[in-house]
Amino acid sequence: MTITREPTEATRTGMLRRPRARTDQARSNRWTWPWILRRLPWWTAALLMAGGCLLWVYPFAWMVAASLKSQLEIFGSGLSLIPDSPAWENYGRAWNDAGFGQYMLNTVIVTFATVILVVLRCATAGYVLGRYSFRGRKLIMAILLITLVAPTGYTIIPVVDISMKLGLLNSLTGMVVALSGSAHVVGILLYAGYFRSIPKELQEAAILDGAGFFTIFFKVMLPMARPVTATVVLTTFLATWNAYFLPLVFTFSRPELRTLSVGMTAFVGENSTDWSGMAAAATISLLPVVVLFILMQRQFIDGIAGAVKS
Amino acid sequence: MSIASLSRQKAPPPGKAEAAPRDRGRSRVTLWIWGFLTPTIVLYGLYTVYPVVASYWYSLVEWNGFEGEKKFVGLRNYQEVFADPLFWNSFKITMLFMLVVVPLKVFLTLFAAIMLNSPKMPMRTLFRTALFLPVVTTTAIVGVVMQFIFDPSSGPVNELLRKFGLSEGVNFLGGSSTSLWTVCLVYIWKWFGITLIYWLAALQTVPDDVLEAARIDGCGPRQLLRHITLPLLKPFLIIITLLSLESALKVFDLMQTMTGGGPYYSSEVVEIYIYRWAFAATVPQLGFASAAAVIFGLFVCVVGALQLLGVRAAQKARGAQ
Repeated sequence: MTITREPTEATRTGMLRRPRARTDQARSNRWTWPWILRRLPWWTAALLMAGGCLLWVYPFAWMVAASLKSQLEIFGSGLSLIPDSPAWENYGRAWNDAGFGQYMLNTVIVTFATVILVVLRCATAGYVLGRYSFRGRKLIMAILLITLVAPTGYTIIPVVDISMKLGLLNSLTGMVVALSGSAHVVGILLYAGYFRSIPKELQEAAILDGAGFFTIFFKVMLPMARPVTATVVLTTFLATWNAYFLPLVFTFSRPELRTLSVGMTAFVGENSTDWSGMAAAATISLLPVVVLFILMQRQFIDGIAGAVKS
Repeated sequence: MSIASLSRQKAPPPGKAEAAPRDRGRSRVTLWIWGFLTPTIVLYGLYTVYPVVASYWYSLVEWNGFEGEKKFVGLRNYQEVFADPLFWNSFKITMLFMLVVVPLKVFLTLFAAIMLNSPKMPMRTLFRTALFLPVVTTTAIVGVVMQFIFDPSSGPVNELLRKFGLSEGVNFLGGSSTSLWTVCLVYIWKWFGITLIYWLAALQTVPDDVLEAARIDGCGPRQLLRHITLPLLKPFLIIITLLSLESALKVFDLMQTMTGGGPYYSSEVVEIYIYRWAFAATVPQLGFASAAAVIFGLFVCVVGALQLLGVRAAQKARGAQ
C-alpha cells in the first residue's frame, strides 16, 4: 500500500461521486490488478479473523451439538459437530428430571425483579443527586464513590449474616434484595449526569402546568432518560442473569430455589457422566441471553461502550 | 460525564428547584428528595456499606458458623492469616493471574480493534458479534462447559491433539502445572469482546479530519497509525488497563466452576480462599475469613485508588491535546 495510490482510489470511489451511487461502468472497472493487490492484505486479514472467530464460537457449537447426541456418540465422535440423529430427549431430561424448568423460572423471576428495583432506585437517586443541592449530598456521593469497587467476595459474609437476621436467607425475595443492594453505583452516576444536563426551563414549564415533584419525575424526566435506562437495564440484566456467588450462597439449604448457574454446577456435581444432559442444560441456560444479544446487538454494544466513554 | 468531575464539582447543579420559594414548598421538596433517596440508602446501606464496615468488626472475633457466638480475640485472626502460607499462595496466584491476563488481553484486543475499525475490513460487524458473544454468556455455565471441553479422555481439545498425534491426552484442569494457565486462556476468551468494544469506542474518538489532513500531507496508513492514532489512544490505555485489572480480581465464578481452586491449591485465588474458610469448611471460620477479606479489600482499594488517579491523569492528557 503506497502513498501515491491513495488519491486514485479516492477520486474513483469518493470525492466526485458518492460511493453508493457508483455507475455500472465504474463497478466493472473494480476488478483491476492494482485494486486486487491493494485489497489483498485485507482479505488475508479477514481470513485470519474468520479463523479466529470460528475458534471463538466453537465451544458453543460443540455444546449445542453435544446436547443433541446420544451418550455413545459423544464419546465415540466428540469432534464432529453434526449429530447422527438429534436426540431431543436430552432436553426433556434436563428440563424435567434435572429441574432446569424450575431453575429457569427462578432465574427469570429474580432477574426481572432485580432489574425493576435497580432501575427505580438508580433513577430516583440519580435524579435528586444530579438536579438538587441539599445537605448531605456530598456525603452520599463520597460514600458511593468509596464503595464503587467493593467485590462480592469481600462483602459476602456480612450480607449472609444480615439476611439471616432479617429472615431473608434461603428465599428468592432475599436474593433479589441482596442483588439489587450491591454495587450498581455506575447506574446512579449515569442517571445523575444525564438528569443534570436537562435544561431547567423544562421543569419550570411543567411546574407552571401544575405538575408536582412526583409527576415531573415520572411523566417528564424518566421518559427523557430512555438511553440511560436502556444501558442500566441491559447491564443489570446481564449481571443478574449471570450472577453466581450470591445465588450459590443463598440456596445452600433450598435446592428448589437455585438459579440456572447454581443448578448447573450442582447438576454436574451429581451426574458427572451425563454429558449430553449437561450440554442440553447449558444450552437451555445460555439460549435466552444469546438470542436477546443477537436481537439487540446495537443496544448491548452501545451500552458497554457508554460505560467506558464516561 | 466522568466520575471524578462529578465528585469534584462544587457549584449546585443548574436544574436546582427554586421554583417554590415559600418555606412550606421547600420543605416539601426536601421531603421528596429524601424520599427518592430512601431505596438507595436502605438497600445500598444494608448490602454494601454495612458489610464493608462490619467486615472490620468480624475480623476481630472468633466466630464458628453464622448461628454461633462471636468472641472478641483482637488481632489474632490477622496474625493467623499472615502466618498461613496458603493465604500468601492465593495472594500470589491472584497477582500472577492479573499480571498474565491483563497485558495479553489489552494488547491483543487493541490489535483486533485496529483491524476491525478499518472500513476496508470485510464482514467486520459479523466478526465483532462473534468475538463479543462469550461476554454475554453466564460465566459459571461456561466454566462447567469448559470442564468438558478440556476433559483429559473425551474432550474435543484432547481428541484433536490425539488426532494429530501430538499427545496422549493432557489433563489440563487436573494437573497442577496447567490448571491456572488453562483458566487464563478461557478468561481471555471470555472477556476479549468487552475490551474490544472499549477499544473500538476509543478509536471512534480519533477525529476524521485530523486523519484526513495527515493523509493529504502524504502519510501512509502505517504512519497514520504510529503518529496519530496510537498517541491519541494513550489516555484510553490507562483507563482500559485499570478496568481490566479490577475485573481480573473478580474471577471467582470461572475459577470455582473450572478448577475449584485445585488441584492442590494451584489455582486458588483469594476469593476462593475466603469462600473455602467461610462456606466450604466443616467448621466455618468466619472471623478468620473476614480478616482475609479485609486484607483483600484493602488491596482492591489500592487498585481502585490507582484507577481514580489514572482517570485524572488520562483527563489531563486529553485536556492537554
